Amino acid sequence: MAYKPPKQSLAGQIIDVVVLLVLTVGALYLPLYMGLAGAAKTPAPIENPTWEALGQNAAEQQQWAALGFPDAASANEIITARFDYTFSWTALIVMVVAVVGYFILVVRLSDKEYREVIDERFGKDGNR
Amino acid sequence: MSNVSATAAPERLGLLRVLGPAHVWALGVGIVLVGEYMGWNFSVGKGGMIAGLVACWVAGLLYTCVAMIDSEVTSTVAAAGGQYAQAKHIVGPLMAFNVGLFLVMAYTMLEAANAITIGFLLDTVAGMLGHSGLNQKPFIILTILALAWLNYRGVLASLSFNLVITAFAFAAIIVLFLSVQFGASAVPLDFSAVTNEPLPYGWLGIVAALHFGLWYYLGIEGTCQAAEEVRSPARSLPFGTMAGIMTLVIAATLTWYVCSGLIPWEYLGSAGTPLFDAARVTGNSGLMVLLFIGTVFATTASANGCINDASRAWFSMGRDHYLPEWFGAVHPRFRTPYRSIVFLVPIALIFALGAPLDQVITFSILSGLLGYTFMTFNMVMFRKKWPLGTIKRGYVHPWHPLPALILLVLCAATYFAVFLGYGTQLIAMLCFYIIASLWFHFWRYRFVKRGDQFTMPWPRPQGY
Repeated sequence: MAYKPPKQSLAGQIIDVVVLLVLTVGALYLPLYMGLAGAAKTPAPIENPTWEALGQNAAEQQQWAALGFPDAASANEIITARFDYTFSWTALIVMVVAVVGYFILVVRLSDKEYREVIDERFGKDGNR
Repeated sequence: MSNVSATAAPERLGLLRVLGPAHVWALGVGIVLVGEYMGWNFSVGKGGMIAGLVACWVAGLLYTCVAMIDSEVTSTVAAAGGQYAQAKHIVGPLMAFNVGLFLVMAYTMLEAANAITIGFLLDTVAGMLGHSGLNQKPFIILTILALAWLNYRGVLASLSFNLVITAFAFAAIIVLFLSVQFGASAVPLDFSAVTNEPLPYGWLGIVAALHFGLWYYLGIEGTCQAAEEVRSPARSLPFGTMAGIMTLVIAATLTWYVCSGLIPWEYLGSAGTPLFDAARVTGNSGLMVLLFIGTVFATTASANGCINDASRAWFSMGRDHYLPEWFGAVHPRFRTPYRSIVFLVPIALIFALGAPLDQVITFSILSGLLGYTFMTFNMVMFRKKWPLGTIKRGYVHPWHPLPALILLVLCAATYFAVFLGYGTQLIAMLCFYIIASLWFHFWRYRFVKRGDQFTMPWPRPQGY
């Protein structure tokens, strides 16, 4: 016998919408709000900067000037900023487990639901 | 792009099969071209100039695999909804729910990134004209609201307009390249950083750069959303998609060449509008105006397409009761998924107004990346459940399972690339999808009609 889903009330639908909104904004925006989102480059400005000391040739100096950086001091922070790619192996393992675990979870639970779909669509004995 | 009135009642109305390979090409390039105007250059910041170019080509290979796989599955599951419909028929409802969320998040974040870029561009131009300190927020809000309103009222005219302004934006890149080659720039091209500082982060930088390398092409798989409207899916989908990727590889390489030659890599790696900045460096006011218009057109066209695609994915999930059915409503007069369009506006605004561009782009890329990972096992399951010869396929891609394996390896490398510097966002995003999945499976799924989730005229899948 075909599964008949219950009718969801308007209040129930509104609650579901709020849950989704909180989940979306919370999970994606919270790391930014709490300052946990990484990836900021760290500047290492040098003292008494000159274009030569910053490794900029004549053509690059013209380019910097055209971009609104008239002297070496104004470009000091941008030129010396670098990412820090040192990482902990534990963090990497956590990421791998999270990614793989997520897909295993979704595929396994999906398969359970999929069998219900196929049984209802084709019949339990598979003769349709 | 799907016609909502038709998708709302597939039994009664079929979509018109009017599109050829050129339309498929235009659809793909239209949404993606903005990737040349902003965002790709963060790959230079993560790894240097050489790494940026390698990332561009490796990402091109990744998307070639995506196109091969998607062409086969979509030309067979020729239903509106693209990957969402594929997941429903091949893996199951929860996977489809997740794929729907991937699409919504990738496109909504891309929309937010486009709005940020427009605000940043206007601020830059205002500064050049002596009005520095422009408040960008009203322009960001106005962009999102205006495009949402356009979509609310109907999309046909706006999408037709999209094609025209995309062609202009593409031509602007070619004109900039040719102009610079023929001496229009007051500042010479300089590639000394390629030899002096080729890999500032070593080989690790090449892997790290792959993260933003995806931005060159992100969304090209949207071509397959048009499967139901293509005259000959078996020919048009692979041909149009592959032609789109080749176009983008060429445009991306030209963009890299001009920008890397005119902009110091340290600046380029964090620039908000790299092509416009390249035009500024030339000192040629005609090129500056051209690239200003090109940037506005590319971002507007992309944002418009993103609102269209994200709202339709959200609408489809509402219609299937994966989300509250309230979202599955069609406007009685404009025949658009108006509730979904309105609901996604505040989400786009929150990110456009409160998050830096690179973070917003990362959220979009991550959702796209999860979707590409899904494609690998989806392809294997598709061939396993319905082996060749058991159902009519529009197109059979060669060398299976090699493209799926290559795609999986490249996806793994890109996860690592995102992890280098943006690991927190990756974990936060996975937490979101895990919690949302549990919410769907243990609560939401009770409202879903089981038998309605499989509508293709195929035999019972093998093993079930």
